[in-house]
Amino acid sequence: MSVGAQRGLASSGQKHIAEILHPLSAADESLSPGPDVTVTAGGDKEAGLSNGTPVDTPSPASASSLFNRLQLDDDIESDPRDYYDSTETRDLFVTVDDPKKHVSTMETYITYRVSTKTTRIEFDLPEYCVRRRYQDFDWLRIKLEDSQPTHLIPPLPEKFVMKGVVDRFSEEFVGTRMKALDKFLKRVADHPVLSFNPHLNAFLSAKDLNKRQGLALLTKVGESVKHVTGGYKLRARPPEFCAMGEYLDTFSQKLGTIDRIAQRILKEQSEHLTELRDYGAVYSNWTGSEGELQRPLEGVASSVSTCCGAMDELCENMGQDFLPVLREYMLYIESMKNVLKKRDQSQAEYEGRLEAALLRKQEDRTPMPPEVERCQDKVECFNADLKADWERWQSNKRQDFKQLLGGMADKNINYYEKCQAAWESLINVLQDKQTEDQTSETD
Amino acid sequence: MMADSGSPEEQVAVIGNTDITPTESENNIINTMVEKGTSVLKKLEINVAEAEKRTGKNTVNMQETYTVYLVETRPSETVPSVSPPPTPDTLWRRYSEFELLRTYLLVTYPYIIIPPLPEKRAEFVWHKLSADNLDPDFVERRRVGLENFLLRVMSHPVLCKDKIVFLFLTEEKRWRDAVLETGFQDKADSRLKSLSAMFRVKSPDKRFTALKQYSDELNTAISQLLRVRARVADRLYGVYKVHGNYGRVFSEWSAIEKEMGDGLQSAGHHMDTYAASIDDILEEEEHYADQLKEYLFYTEAVRSVCRKHELIQYELEVAAQDLASKKQQREELATGMVRVFSLKGMTSKLFGQESQEQRESRLAALEQSIQEGEQALKEKNAECQEFVQTAWEDIERFKEQKDRDLREALISYAIMQISMCKKGIQVWSNAKECFNKM
Repeated sequence: MSVGAQRGLASSGQKHIAEILHPLSAADESLSPGPDVTVTAGGDKEAGLSNGTPVDTPSPASASSLFNRLQLDDDIESDPRDYYDSTETRDLFVTVDDPKKHVSTMETYITYRVSTKTTRIEFDLPEYCVRRRYQDFDWLRIKLEDSQPTHLIPPLPEKFVMKGVVDRFSEEFVGTRMKALDKFLKRVADHPVLSFNPHLNAFLSAKDLNKRQGLALLTKVGESVKHVTGGYKLRARPPEFCAMGEYLDTFSQKLGTIDRIAQRILKEQSEHLTELRDYGAVYSNWTGSEGELQRPLEGVASSVSTCCGAMDELCENMGQDFLPVLREYMLYIESMKNVLKKRDQSQAEYEGRLEAALLRKQEDRTPMPPEVERCQDKVECFNADLKADWERWQSNKRQDFKQLLGGMADKNINYYEKCQAAWESLINVLQDKQTEDQTSETD
Repeated sequence: MMADSGSPEEQVAVIGNTDITPTESENNIINTMVEKGTSVLKKLEINVAEAEKRTGKNTVNMQETYTVYLVETRPSETVPSVSPPPTPDTLWRRYSEFELLRTYLLVTYPYIIIPPLPEKRAEFVWHKLSADNLDPDFVERRRVGLENFLLRVMSHPVLCKDKIVFLFLTEEKRWRDAVLETGFQDKADSRLKSLSAMFRVKSPDKRFTALKQYSDELNTAISQLLRVRARVADRLYGVYKVHGNYGRVFSEWSAIEKEMGDGLQSAGHHMDTYAASIDDILEEEEHYADQLKEYLFYTEAVRSVCRKHELIQYELEVAAQDLASKKQQREELATGMVRVFSLKGMTSKLFGQESQEQRESRLAALEQSIQEGEQALKEKNAECQEFVQTAWEDIERFKEQKDRDLREALISYAIMQISMCKKGIQVWSNAKECFNKM
């Protein structure tokens, strides 16, 4: 029964893809071992989707991307840092910046500038510059997820913001979202397979993105149904995928705790800042009734105010750089779990079909139907892609957290250094005054 | 800890008490010192060495627990000493005895800004600090405060010569009787009296009015500062302690990581260190708060001098007014001129003129009373002038002391802040090294 459900859903997915004339529908029928081939096939028929620069490059991309992937795997085993640090092997650079607000009678929204520099032959020009809004990024992600089901798609920042709680057009919100979108696009562009996806090409280069409105929602619904039906017990899930699942569970739990701690620290720090501002003001007020002590008190007030500035900076950094990265990783974990689930489903489908085929074989000795083999291929392809993506993700994560936590330490050091400098300069002022007094006394 | 050290210290105290001869000889020393007018502090080293918890019966026979403080005095080494090195003279004093001493000083030296005692109950505390009077940290801070009080008294040019002060340091039992014998309690001005004086003084001394205003301002400034500082300390405590959670989470997280594991684990330790470091930082900062508190309480001492001045000024004005009215009476009597609306005029009109003899004797009595009044006014005037002069001397001394002390307090506060920053930089640099290794 579960097998039937699986099949039905799979076909619904295919139908959706077919609707937008996506070549993957064909590719799905004749699943070949490598997903790269799928992508290339997509590239051939891209004209139908994009009204921007049509991409009609032949297959070399597939071979090179496959090579890239293998090379990457090797790289990861030797020293993954080299890969991420060097830009030489990369040939696609994207940046998201310059948010702009658009106000029309219908709606108000923000667009971001997406700039591309590339040497890839799939692109007509070496440079592109387009404006995209959040919806467009969302479209791209859905397309990637649909056309590259075996791959881990990086997460987008949360779509739904509670109205009233967060101002969607505030500089802070837009800035944070922009950074997250930039990160998303960079992760896609750095991916050996995803970066060759024709939808990405269209997203980066097309003047007007011809995406069919309303489809996005439909896909989401289809997907969530798929997840509910994923209850089939696998006969033998490979241990490495079990380990991945366990790792993700623990990691997301720890990340959740870190997020809570960081938020609490931010809260304590902002409250500390409020009190500190009052504290400085008290010293300033005091100066009014003093003669000799006026300068020392003013000095303390100004040191406290310098500390306030440093603390303000620390808080800002925490809120705008630290917390969003944690959020992104929590979403990333969700994406990863999603892919793991899909892999399980594909294995389940294969096992179901195999079981059914074996049963029939015993009864009427018919040969193994070809779709069973196709399913097996799909599972194997899934496993390979997932393992590769996992390695990439792990290595990315290590790099990102090293940077994030190191950054946190740096910001704190910076904060203390600023405060220290402020107090040291105060001491100089106070002690100069004292020696002055002493010398005048001896005179 | 304090309870353990109790018994041997008790013995020391007992020896100090029963051994009368050295005390008597020291009594002689103080007499000569008073004559010479030198500062006692130059000849004696004073410290409040330790505190101890005791239980006993109070005056209404109720069981109570209280703290006693060990006061040690010993001749300073700069004095050409007698051949055997002097042993410290030690005795135990309760906080209430310090209070009694201070009240005595307050009454006896109305023109002096008497150094304040440390707070009776912990005020302006941030949440972690206990407000319990028997809390060891509180007792320790009070011990320092009491020692500081004694040092302030002994370094004061006038107070250090007081005999009662000396007895306080040397006579554990006899001191109490001695202080009561001075009858200072009778001289104590009731608050009510001074309060009424405050409202009735006609021509207040501008300098004292300004001083009073200043002490009010200082009081407001310091109490506000202390209140906000307590809140700042609260928040800072929170910031540090929440970081401690990273320690646990990093260590748990490290368990599922391969390459990152070691770095995370040790970074977690540094976060623990960071969280723990705030305890010492705030403990140290409490010293700064105590320094400020001393001056907060000093403002009350300054106001007390102002009040005493008002009282004297009021008495002077009353004497002057009294004299003036008597003089007016004499004038009326002598000239026979009667003011139109005076009651006396009315009575004389109604009941007829009084006889010449009567007038003569009344005039003589008035004359006598006027002379007395003039004498009294002269005395009051002299008293007032002397008060203003001596008080102002002490006020000037106090102002200098205050400026110096507070400046030093601010410097030491800044040094504290720097050391906190250095600690912070150290911990975060260590943590950064660990993160880099990930």
